[in-house]
Formats: sequence, C-alpha cells, structure tokens
Amino acid sequence: MSDFLTTFLALLLALLLAPYLQARTDSVAKFIGGFKFVQHNGIILSLYLVGAVGIWMIGMIILPQLYMLDFSFRFNLPPMEIGGPDDVYTLKNYEYLIFGSPGSPDAFNFLHLTIFGKTILAAIFVTLINFAICYPIAYYMAQVAKGGSARLLVLCLILPFWVNEILRAFAFRILFGSGGVINELLIGAGIIDQPYDFIRADIALYSGLSYAYILLMIFPLYNAIESLDHNQVEAARDLGSPWWRIHFRVVMPYAKPGIASGCTMVFMLTAGALAAPQILGGPSSLWFTQIIYQWFNTGGNWPQGSAYAFVLLLACLVFVLAVMRIFKVSLGEIAK
Amino acid sequence: MTSESVMRLMVRFYIFLFFLYLFGPLLMMGASAFNDAGYPQVVPWQGFTWKWFGELAQDQKLVDGVVNSLWIGLGVVCVSVPIGLAAATLMMQVHQRFRTAYYTIVVSPVLVPGVILGLSTLIFWDRLGTRMDADYESFYYNGIFLTVIGQSTFISAYTMLVFIARIQRFDRTQEEAALDLGATHVQVFWKVLIPFLRPAIFSAAVLAFLTSFENYNTTVFTIQSESTLTTALASKVRLGTTPALSALAVVIVCVTVVGAVVHEILRRREAAKEAAAQEAAKRADNAKDMAMVAQTAT
Amino acid sequence: MSADVQLDHVYIRFGDFLAVDDANLQINEGEFFSFLGPSGCGKTTILRAVSGFLEPTQGEVRIGGQNMRGIGPNKRPTALIFQNLALFPLMSVADNIAFGLEVRGISKFERRKRADELLELIALQGQGDKMVSELSGGQRQRVAIARALAVEPDVLLLDEPLSALDLKLRQHMRTELRSIQQRVGITFIYITHDQGEALTMSDRVAVMSAGIIQQIAPGETIYDEPETAFVASFVGENNPFFGKVTQADSDFAVINSDVGPLRGRNTKGLEVGDNAILFVRPQALSFAEGAPDNTTSFEAAIKATEFEGHFQTVFLHGSGHKDIAMSITNDGTPAAHGPGSTVRLAYSPDKAVVLPQGAMADE
Repeated sequence: MSDFLTTFLALLLALLLAPYLQARTDSVAKFIGGFKFVQHNGIILSLYLVGAVGIWMIGMIILPQLYMLDFSFRFNLPPMEIGGPDDVYTLKNYEYLIFGSPGSPDAFNFLHLTIFGKTILAAIFVTLINFAICYPIAYYMAQVAKGGSARLLVLCLILPFWVNEILRAFAFRILFGSGGVINELLIGAGIIDQPYDFIRADIALYSGLSYAYILLMIFPLYNAIESLDHNQVEAARDLGSPWWRIHFRVVMPYAKPGIASGCTMVFMLTAGALAAPQILGGPSSLWFTQIIYQWFNTGGNWPQGSAYAFVLLLACLVFVLAVMRIFKVSLGEIAK
Repeated sequence: MTSESVMRLMVRFYIFLFFLYLFGPLLMMGASAFNDAGYPQVVPWQGFTWKWFGELAQDQKLVDGVVNSLWIGLGVVCVSVPIGLAAATLMMQVHQRFRTAYYTIVVSPVLVPGVILGLSTLIFWDRLGTRMDADYESFYYNGIFLTVIGQSTFISAYTMLVFIARIQRFDRTQEEAALDLGATHVQVFWKVLIPFLRPAIFSAAVLAFLTSFENYNTTVFTIQSESTLTTALASKVRLGTTPALSALAVVIVCVTVVGAVVHEILRRREAAKEAAAQEAAKRADNAKDMAMVAQTAT
Repeated sequence: MSADVQLDHVYIRFGDFLAVDDANLQINEGEFFSFLGPSGCGKTTILRAVSGFLEPTQGEVRIGGQNMRGIGPNKRPTALIFQNLALFPLMSVADNIAFGLEVRGISKFERRKRADELLELIALQGQGDKMVSELSGGQRQRVAIARALAVEPDVLLLDEPLSALDLKLRQHMRTELRSIQQRVGITFIYITHDQGEALTMSDRVAVMSAGIIQQIAPGETIYDEPETAFVASFVGENNPFFGKVTQADSDFAVINSDVGPLRGRNTKGLEVGDNAILFVRPQALSFAEGAPDNTTSFEAAIKATEFEGHFQTVFLHGSGHKDIAMSITNDGTPAAHGPGSTVRLAYSPDKAVVLPQGAMADE
C-alpha cells in the first residue's frame, strides 16, 4: 500500500516539476553550449577532447596514484574480507618499514632501511658519475665539434640505446662475469691471477647504471650548452682564465637548467631502476625497487608494497624539489 | 708539444674512451652471438657458428613474449595517440593561467618511476574489479589490458609532446576558412587538421610503439602471469645465460639499423621532392603573373 | 542569390577596448561596399562580426533581414576571403574550390563539374589538379575567390585581399574583382586601407576611424564632399587650415587662419565662433596671377618643388604652419617661381570646405 502511494506521489511530483525541469535543462544545454569552448569546437569534438584527456588525467594518472596511496594504509586482506569489518585504515605498513616485524629482536627494520638508504645514496653517486662522464662529451659536441661531426656524434650516441635495456645490462654481465673479457684481460696482463667478482663488489651494477642513462644526461646538457654564445668562452680565455675556471664560472652556471634536468632524470631512473639491479646485482646488493617487486610478487602483500612505493615516490619528489631549489630552476625547465 | 695540443690529445683520448665504454659491451655481446661456446663470451673463441640464432627462433617463451609485445604495442598506439592528440589540442585552448598546472599534471607520469606507474595501475583495476564483483577472467585482471593502460599513462605524454610541436605550426585561418565554407567542426577536424597532422601522427605512433615494445619497469608489474619480450628476456637472463640472447641482441640491432636507414632514405627523398616543387613554383610565379597582366592590358 | 546586410547599433567591445562604436548601416543587395580606414580602425572586426567569427557585444547584425545572433560562421550565407587566403595546402586547386560543396555532401561528379565551371570563370581552366604551392600569387588569389563563390554565398566578404600583391598586379586585380562582382551579382563587402582600391571599385564606401564610421557615400562624394576632418584628411591629399569661424551663412564660411581669412563651403552648418578646419586640395590651388576675382588668396613662401611625372608638387610654408602642398600640371612651361620666393596663391571658395574641428588622419 505504501509502495503504491510513494510511486503515485513521485509521479505527481515529476509531472508538476516537469515543465520547470524542462526549462532548466534547456538553459543548462544553452549554458554548456554557450561555453566558448564548445562553441569553438562543436559538441562532438568537445566530448572527445574533454573525454580523452579526462580519462587520462583522472582514470590513469590521478586515481591510480590515490588508490595506491589509499591501499598503503590498509591491511593485507584476502578478497573475501575486503569491504568487510576488518577493512580499516592502519599505519601498519609504514611502521613495518621503520620498525620491522613485531616479533623481531631489532629495534628498527635495519635491513630495509639500509637498503633504502643505499639505494638513494647509490642513485646520487651514479648521478654524479654520470654527470662527470657526460659533461665533457656534451661540451665537446655543443661547442667544439663542427656541424657534420656533431651530427655524427649524436648518431653514435643514440645507436647503443636502440638496444633494449635488458640486453644492455646483459652485455655488462658478460663483460664483468668471471669468464668475461675484463677478467680475461686482467689475468692475461698479470694484474690478478684469480677472476675478480665484479658483480659481488657492485662495480658491475654501478657501471651498468651509469651506462644506462647516459643519453638522458647528455641531451639536456648538450641543448643547454649549445645555446651558450661561444664568444663568452673565448672572452674568458682571453682574460687569462684557466680552462677549469671557465667551466665552473661560465659554462656550468649558464647550463644550470640542463644540468638540473639531466640530474633529475638520471636520479629518478636510477632510484627506480629494476632491470639492472635484477641482472647485475650481486647477492649482497638489493635495490629498493626489488623489495617492492618482492612484496607484489612472492610476498603477496600489496598494501605493504604500496607503502614502500609511496616512500620511493616521496624520495623522488624531495629530490626534484631540492634540485629545483638548489639550482633555482622551475619545473617547466626540467621537463625537457 | 704545446699545452694546446696536449689538451687536444687528451680530449681526443677521452672521447675515444667514452665511445669505447659506450660501444664496447655491445660489440662484445654481438660477437659472442657467433661464438661456439656454451656461455656467452668472446674469449676463448671457440669457432664461428649460426646455431644460436636457430635456438633463438625455437625458444617458445621468447616467441610468445614477442607476440604479446606486438599486440601490446598496437594497443598502446591505439590508446596513446588519440589521447596525446586530444591533450595537445586542449592545451592550446586552455586559459593561460591554467596552462602550467595542466602541463605539470600531464607530464608527471614521465617523471614518476615506471614501477610505481605499473603497480598503481595494477592496484586500481584490481580494486575496481573487486568492487564490480568481476569474474577472475575478466579484463580487470588481464595482464595485456593492464599493460596497455599502464604504459599508455606515460606514453600519452610523449605523443602529446610530438603533437604540440606540430600543432604550433598550424595555420589557424585554415580552420576558419573551412568553417566559413560551411564545414561542421567534425569535418574541419577530419579534413583540415588531421591531414596536416599526418606526419606527426605517424611519428607519434612509431614513438609509442617503440617505447612500449622496450618497456620493462611498468610492464613487469602489470603483465602478471603473462610475458612480453622484455619480461621473458629478463627472467631468462636471471636464470641462466646463453649466447642465444646475444643473438637476439644482434637481431634487434640489425632490424633497428635497417629501419633507421630506410627512414632516412625516405626522408631525404621527400625533402628533395618538396624543394624541387618549390623551386618550380618560384620560377613560374613572376612569369605567369606578368603574362596575365600583359595579356589583359592589350 | 544575394542579400542585404544591416548593422543595427552594433557595439563590439574587447574587455575595456571599444573596437566598434555604434555602427549603423545598410548595405544593399548586389552592392560593392567597402570599408576604408587605417589599421586598427575596426573594419576587420566588423567583417568578422558579419561573417560570424565574433558576436557583437550589443546590437544586431542582420543578413537578408534575419538576425544572425547565435548563428555560427558555418551556418551563415556568407563567404570570407582571408587576407592570407588560407587555401588548403594539402589539397589540389580543384579540391580547394570544391571544398564547400564536399562538406555539403555533394557528389564527386557534381563537384568536379562545378569546380571546372569556376576554373573557367577565373581563367584557370585545366589547372584543377595542380597543388596550391605550384601557383603564383595572382593565381592563388583567384582560386580563393572561386572557392568562396562555389558555395554560392549571399554575401562575399573580402579582407584586404590585394595587399600582398605587387602594384601592377593589384591594379589588374581591381578591375577583375569588379567585373566578377558585376557578373555574379552578389553583395561584396570589401575592407582595405588603400583608398585607390576603395574609391575605384566600390558603389559606396564607409570611412572608419577608431571604431567610428565617419561617412558612408559613393567614392566621388567622399572625395568631393567629406563630412569630417578625418575623411577630408584621409582620402586623397588635402591642405588643412585651422581657425575659428568669423563669418558664416548657409553656403559659405570664413575662418581666421594663420595665413589670413580663408573662405570655403559651409556644408556642416558651422556658426561664428566655432573651431573649424578649412580643407583645400593641392590641385585646387594655383598662383594668384591671372586668377579670377571671386577667389580667395593668401601668401606663402615656396620651400621646394617635386617633379612627379605629369604634375609638379610645390611645397610652401604658411606662417607657423605645416607644409602646404600645391599641385600644378606639367605642361612643359618652365617653373614660374623657385624655392625661397614668396608667392600669392589662390583658390575658388567652392573648391574648399570648412569642417568642424576633429581628429585627422595620421600622416
């Protein structure tokens, strides 16, 4: 009985409101249509533009990150219990990173914390090495080489990077392996008589990582240095400045945005690298990303992995902001 | 020996070392593909052989991986090119004030570590699937689908950049002319804008495909139980190394080099054609105009 | 088919800037109507408002009696020829011309036929398959016109179409455009900053300055009977003399300029005490010797003479005044007076006009 009454009243209400709603929708349509944007693009195109970008921004960029963040604050529940009474927020995952499991004798989760610290420090280290290696080449290409040979150099640089990063890491594994060329050379030259375990010593890993992102350091540097008016260098030299001072006082300050861009990219890619550590890392080295991978893979604890991932993201963010502050550049200049 | 020439010598030496560092490992890996030894190595050389290439072709896991990589690449092109185009077009129309914020959000996936993109995509769709009470076999959990989505998240930013560069050179009055002649907005888009963007669409598609094909960090999370070429390769490398993998590297390099050479030849031919046409037009210009004026003046 | 165009109290504002200030006019069916004025005067804005690319802030634009508010450029019965032509570089000439038909869904066969007809009209028969980049400037101009005519608009709008062409070609195209318009019979609205074009081609001209329409009249009237100081100074060469009105009646007025009292026609009904400018054209001035009695005369010193072909321009000082220019036909007799000499000049008062003080055209 009450159902019937409710339905009847609802229908009556709808009928009474109909003309008012009709007028409203007309004006809403006019309002949307009046938007300069829709006028400029037509309705179909507007839907496409807003739809495509909306799906991308919201569905692929923003929401997944938010979900990951949200997930990192939850318990690792089997599918049945999700949405149930046990599905509440918790700091447990983050606590685990710092303090370790409740049953362990240590006060802090030294293992994971040191790995995190090592990863970040190693990434900074690799970034610096990378910069040191690439700067001379970038400078040479930008200021010294003539047109034709500069293009040739560019081509030569790009060539190795057509090979997949996995295979590149693989090449380094062959190179540094106990039967690899370097060991053979060293033994042949009599410097050592037993093959040296480069892999265990992390040398293979760091070389491989420095190698991997050379392109991403060279090109921002090259672009930045290229626009420097060579006359400034000439002038400095003319005034009697030694070459190292020319670089530190004239070229590098000018190329700051390029340096910032290159260092940021290399740091983030190194800290977030997965293939190289997996292939070139010895048993004692573990990269933070590898731990994350384990949580998702064999460890079966996605929330835990999310928490760790978020910490990594924060570290990258802090780095970018620090670089922006130290070098006094804006985000637009960094993003290529 | 002046300090100048010593300096120059050192610079040359440095460049030599640098490129040795760059090419050395790869050359050796390439050489090891032909070495008849059980382990990829160059010394000791145990005889030239093609057998590793044969073994490569028979490796089922790698072949499956390649097939998946191709499908995923195709999927990524179909998703990221339209999105990149929309994002570029929209960017041109966004109010000045919002442009930096827009750009920051849109470029952020490029800066975020790939692993995070991969796992956040995984988590998002997994939870969405649970909420929808979806079947285990459905697309919410499908490795191929998730990989396409995960990769497109950052590849769309790349395609967008390609389109922005091209769109900036577009003459807006052509759009207005087309509208003025009676075209609807959709017609203007298809008949005027897209033909102009064709080279950019092609570049973007190629860029998207190649970037997708060689991606590892994001893929390794989203692909789950399936594999792409890169993930299959990585697991093989970790488990045990054979020269068959070196052979694969050689194949990939050859394909890329051939592709690049073909591309360069085509590009040069196009440029030459265009230059010739413009020359002809310029020469004809004055002559025709003067002829016409003279003709009607008589 | 053709239509008339009406602007009814049209104001167009961009933020604080008033680009068009109360435009009111009626352009008749089949008329060749020009808007003439310096850059920034608002003529392009009006054109865009008529073609539909912007809406007036206030007022109505009516084509064929129908209010065009809210109707986009693709739905209006107008076609616009852009200053840069905006031909589609990736399409052939024939495809460019037939574009308007293509988007209306007309069949390929029909389109080809129509394109061929138009190619004949613009004297480019058989060139339909060429690409736009292979054509000369003059040819491209004509393709743009053909493309616009293909959609059979009621009104054809032309935005300074000849400004990119060189002199001889421009003159040739002027006659071409006029003859095309007369053949096809549609309303042409033409905007330009070149007076020669506007005056020779149009049925009527609207002179604009700073968003305000100064005068609308056929070319001859604009030249002989300017209504404002701007029109008088912008169209053709004219000598301004500033002063206050000392005498005035319904036909003539006298002002006290710095070369003495000067007399001219009082077309705007000025009264004694009004600030005014008297304008007399260089060709109306002559040396006072042998001039009839009812002329007005004044003294001035010759600065320089310039030879211009079939006439000479003599530049003179008025006292504390900018150059006066006088034009004498070069009939072969040697110059009667040289630089430095003071002469007496004369003109007939009905060749001069006294107008209210107002902004003049910049040099």
